[in-house]
Amino acid sequence: MSTAPTAVGLGLLACEVCRLVSRAPPPGNDAHCPRCGVTLHARKPASLARTWAFLIASMILYAPANFLPIMDTSSLFGTQSDTILSGVAFLWTSGSWVLAALVFFASIMVPLTKVIALAVLAASVQMRATWHPRTRTRLYRLIASAGRWSMLDIYVVTILVALVQISTLASIHVGPGAAAFGAVVVLTMFAAESFDPRLIWDILGEEP
Amino acid sequence: MTPHRRWSLQLVWLIPIVAALTGGWLAVKAVLDRGPTITISFSTAEGLEPEKTRVKYHSVDIGRVTGVAFSEDRKSVVASVELSMQTEAFLVADTRFWVVRPRLTGTQISGLGTLLSGAYIGMDVGSSTESRRKFAGLDVPPIVTVDLPGRHFRLHADDLGSLDVGSPVYFRRVQVGSVVAYELDKDGAGVQLRIFINAPNDRHVKADTRFWNASGVDLSLDASGIRLNTESIASMLVGGVAFQTPGESAQTPPVQGNPNFTLYPDRGKAMRLPDAAEETYQLIFDESVRGLSVGAPVDFRGVVVGEVAAIDVDVDSTSGDTRIPVEVRLYPDRLRGKSKQAAAANGVLVGKLVANGMRAQLRSGSLLTGQLFVALDFFPDSPKASVLNRGGRVEIPTRASSLLELQRTLSRLANKLDKLPIEATASDLRKSLKAFESTLSATERAVTRIDKDLTPQAARTLADLSHALTKVEQGLDGLAGDNAPIQTDVRETLREISRAAEALRNLADFLERNPGAILRGRVEEHAQ
Repeated sequence: MSTAPTAVGLGLLACEVCRLVSRAPPPGNDAHCPRCGVTLHARKPASLARTWAFLIASMILYAPANFLPIMDTSSLFGTQSDTILSGVAFLWTSGSWVLAALVFFASIMVPLTKVIALAVLAASVQMRATWHPRTRTRLYRLIASAGRWSMLDIYVVTILVALVQISTLASIHVGPGAAAFGAVVVLTMFAAESFDPRLIWDILGEEP
Repeated sequence: MTPHRRWSLQLVWLIPIVAALTGGWLAVKAVLDRGPTITISFSTAEGLEPEKTRVKYHSVDIGRVTGVAFSEDRKSVVASVELSMQTEAFLVADTRFWVVRPRLTGTQISGLGTLLSGAYIGMDVGSSTESRRKFAGLDVPPIVTVDLPGRHFRLHADDLGSLDVGSPVYFRRVQVGSVVAYELDKDGAGVQLRIFINAPNDRHVKADTRFWNASGVDLSLDASGIRLNTESIASMLVGGVAFQTPGESAQTPPVQGNPNFTLYPDRGKAMRLPDAAEETYQLIFDESVRGLSVGAPVDFRGVVVGEVAAIDVDVDSTSGDTRIPVEVRLYPDRLRGKSKQAAAANGVLVGKLVANGMRAQLRSGSLLTGQLFVALDFFPDSPKASVLNRGGRVEIPTRASSLLELQRTLSRLANKLDKLPIEATASDLRKSLKAFESTLSATERAVTRIDKDLTPQAARTLADLSHALTKVEQGLDGLAGDNAPIQTDVRETLREISRAAEALRNLADFLERNPGAILRGRVEEHAQ
């Protein structure tokens, strides 16, 4: 498909930080950017393994993140524990459909699609698949940019916990689910960061 | 790649391992934390909300309601409750559950906290060893929890009065317990109450302790004034039970076992000494016994010596006579008083009294209420009578009540009045009145005529008379003047008469001295 020459094929390395393109040193020596001194790699080292590790960890934590309460509200009217889903359900039944949809999308759909999409990308590279490299790259760009929106919930909980501490009248505590949820979001961001989209194109270059 | 780098790259797999361990631990903990699941059936699900309503034991949160559904027969609701772990030992056959809601009873307000926090399920752990998972919830919180020290007692009463579950029990006006439950007898003849008296006050219940209904106000009026007696303001409102032991001494041991006590309607009845002997008599009344009720006192000159036991109507089917037999119970011990006579046979004492003129009479106890009581009193003027033994029943002769006698007198009077010829008298009277009226009119006519005919004549006569009188006055003036000739003549004449009288007196004196002069005539003075 693509027959364009690659930087690696031409023996060139790009600095990840200052974007300076320099010539690769002979094999066995660590390459350093002549301008900013950062270690240079042709591809992110152990990209697939790291991606898988972060992905698996986030998949495991996805379950407690959704089943454990992220917030314990205690007030004069009793205590209440809310999971993300119960919060969405509450918003939906109380008529705030837009908010409910937003929270549902940002906190449940985005992490889930991100994990699934990354898994698909990593698996496709692992299996040296050649289909739709352009679409897959676009997918990667999408999930890399959308990931941070999932932190919305964590921000809300953090702010509420800090603000609502009226001792006996009402107080809000972070539930164990919040930690798990935060871990899921951070781990998926790490996973997306670890994945090197150039690997998608490398397979195509090796094909012929 | 160097081995060091390879090792550091492998280190990234620690992250999923840690995540797996954390997730696994959370899962295991969730499973371990899950305690037993039970179902509790309630008559209503008021205040029960899945995932919100808590189960509390001694105010400690030990579980939550996970679901509320109807029972199979749709007559009650069944709440599924998930308890926390280590509550297995609580779930025994006699463990009780109830819904704590705000409750306002006469003596206390409870569960106010649940106004804001919502209802929760309260729990009282039983003492049984039999494990159970399905419970029937109580509708009201139990008064006494299993772990409360004290004793239960059974009371039997004719009716419940104003008592209710939770009504206080007083001993010397100290609240020592409460009414726990009540139910009707199986035959409906009374009410069975269960009371709980807290330790250590339960030891004050002795074998001969009397219980009475201390509800309301006991107002008594006697020679010393008005006495208002009540256990407490609360018992005035919600009723209560009080107890006391007559002739109480601290040495008497507390009652053993589980005896039944009687709940008397008031303190007077409860503390009354039991009357060992009682005799039944019959009183036959011919008058209405309206106002006489079973239990009304039988009074001997102001002392209550018995009570009315039964009131019947006895109609003789052959003769059609109607009599009202009233059965009374007398306590002869009260009649005998303190003198320790040998108990006389049934009726002997009463027989003597009747022979002395004792009769039974209905009297009005209160003019306001019209309540009657039976009075035994002596009526020396009553005809001789003795007790009758009629079919095994001893009968005390009766006497019509004073009211009835008054009534009879009045009716006799009325009869007499009735017989008076009032109508004839009235017509006579009317005739007389008519005659009188005609007389009056005749008189009036006469007066009119006098007025018309005589008055002018009379006026003329009067004028003439006045004229004549004037003339008389003038004539009199002529007679009575100082130098009037007639007056001078009169004076002269009177002088002559006076001289004549003197001469006459001299003659009389002379005749007295010389009576013979009448015969012999006058002789000279010197002859004497």
